[in-house]
Amino acid sequence: MNNPKELKYTEDHEWVRIEGDLAYVGITDHAQDALGDIVFVELPEAGRELERGEEASNIESVKAAAPVYAPLTGSIAVVNKGLDETPELLNQKPYDTFVFALKIKDANEIKNLLSSDDYDKILAAEKER
Amino acid sequence: MGKRTPLYDVYKDYPGVKLVDFAGWELPLHFETGIIAEHMCVRRAAGLFDVSHMGEIEIEGPDAVALVDWLVTNDVASINVGQAVYTPMCYPHAGVVDDLLVYRLAETRLMLVVNAANTEKDLRWISRENPWMQSRNEVGGTGGEGNVADLRITDRSDDTALIAFQGPRASELLRQAVGSVVDSISAFEFVETSEVFGRAVILSRTGYTGEDGFEIFAQSQDAAHIWTSLMELGGGREVLPCGLGARDTLRIEARLPLYGQELSSEISPLEGGLKPFVKLEKSDFCGKAALLEMKNKGVPRSLRGFRMIDKGVPRPGYSVYVGSKKIGTVTSGLRSPMLDAFVGLVLADSGVLEKGMTIEIDDGRKRKRAEVVATPFYRSRGRKG
Repeated sequence: MNNPKELKYTEDHEWVRIEGDLAYVGITDHAQDALGDIVFVELPEAGRELERGEEASNIESVKAAAPVYAPLTGSIAVVNKGLDETPELLNQKPYDTFVFALKIKDANEIKNLLSSDDYDKILAAEKER
Repeated sequence: MGKRTPLYDVYKDYPGVKLVDFAGWELPLHFETGIIAEHMCVRRAAGLFDVSHMGEIEIEGPDAVALVDWLVTNDVASINVGQAVYTPMCYPHAGVVDDLLVYRLAETRLMLVVNAANTEKDLRWISRENPWMQSRNEVGGTGGEGNVADLRITDRSDDTALIAFQGPRASELLRQAVGSVVDSISAFEFVETSEVFGRAVILSRTGYTGEDGFEIFAQSQDAAHIWTSLMELGGGREVLPCGLGARDTLRIEARLPLYGQELSSEISPLEGGLKPFVKLEKSDFCGKAALLEMKNKGVPRSLRGFRMIDKGVPRPGYSVYVGSKKIGTVTSGLRSPMLDAFVGLVLADSGVLEKGMTIEIDDGRKRKRAEVVATPFYRSRGRKG
């Protein structure tokens, strides 16, 4: 598994990087591999308030569309505008390419996120099925 | 676990291969480079597809041409040995049983190349369920299934492999390997030859990509040798293996229909954009009366192209609106690698859409704007048809 140790994860195959009161969110290598060539990212509007688990963004590959959920409650602080022109960065560098960053509303929610070890186990279990 | 083609063992270990279930077959969706790179390789050089899942039905006997000419909407009776013709095959009510290629192998021997998902259904339809056969059975008595009168109908799908070699460089690369036989074949022609890497094949200048190219019918046991030999053409650098993903995006760009999307038992070929392949002037054929009536009364729906103004992939099943009125449904769509735009096909109520008009595509979350445009979205420069 090549999922960076310093990141947090969700069962929806997203990664989260906490920087101060911001949570940067992207999709995992497994997610980009499953989606295949990504051709469009529907980015959320800055300032939008989201509950944890709410759909924030939509990623479209050649074959499928997949939502990106807010891993934490908060408001959209930053969106990665570069994805408008180069959505394929999500395929090429999934852990260096965030989709959006949330201003975290409740830091207690962070403990619900998965460690890289937990996420590796989920992937291993999915592979078993 | 799905059925596997004779080529499965060759590409199952290719790096990055992603296998999917398609109509009960385990087939590659794409290889290491991904769908877009495969698509572009076919547009610019050449790509190799395993399409062995397609069905091959051979019909032989003095009545073979008469039967097939009655079953399909295009003109089969006038093609010569060595020619192939693309055609829909209709039910009496004008809905489509399947779309297929008919190859005239000999005066009284035809090969029908049909969609994998429809092979069983087509066999039943052709060998006993269609009205021509039904009337023969009643008059002729004991013909036995599929062997009425002077007809032998044989499913060759299991022992036939089919490899598509497609792209502007395909003919040149193939010529280096198999010689000038390549130049003797024009579009929609074929030869039976043993000169393709020393194996007996049907070499056909046909395809489903909108590019020049070939389809090679081979015995199952020869498929791996032919595939690997083709992969080595151009020093192993120019030819990419391609999966079902690129096959789909290539055919949409060229506006080639896919059964189940642009065509079905509920969509007539006149609606699905196949008017040139429906010869209403030929003598009676299955569906003719209904198609004539549809033509005279006005074809209720028509297939149109659109280009997204707001970004997003238009996917099959999305509803299409003009103002508050739903006027049709998306049948296929993609981000076109050649146009760098999101485009799609809509089966729309006739008479509503005009080029340049703005329509709205409902993706289930919101409505996105699109503009009605001409099709095909892409046309190969070197290709006439």
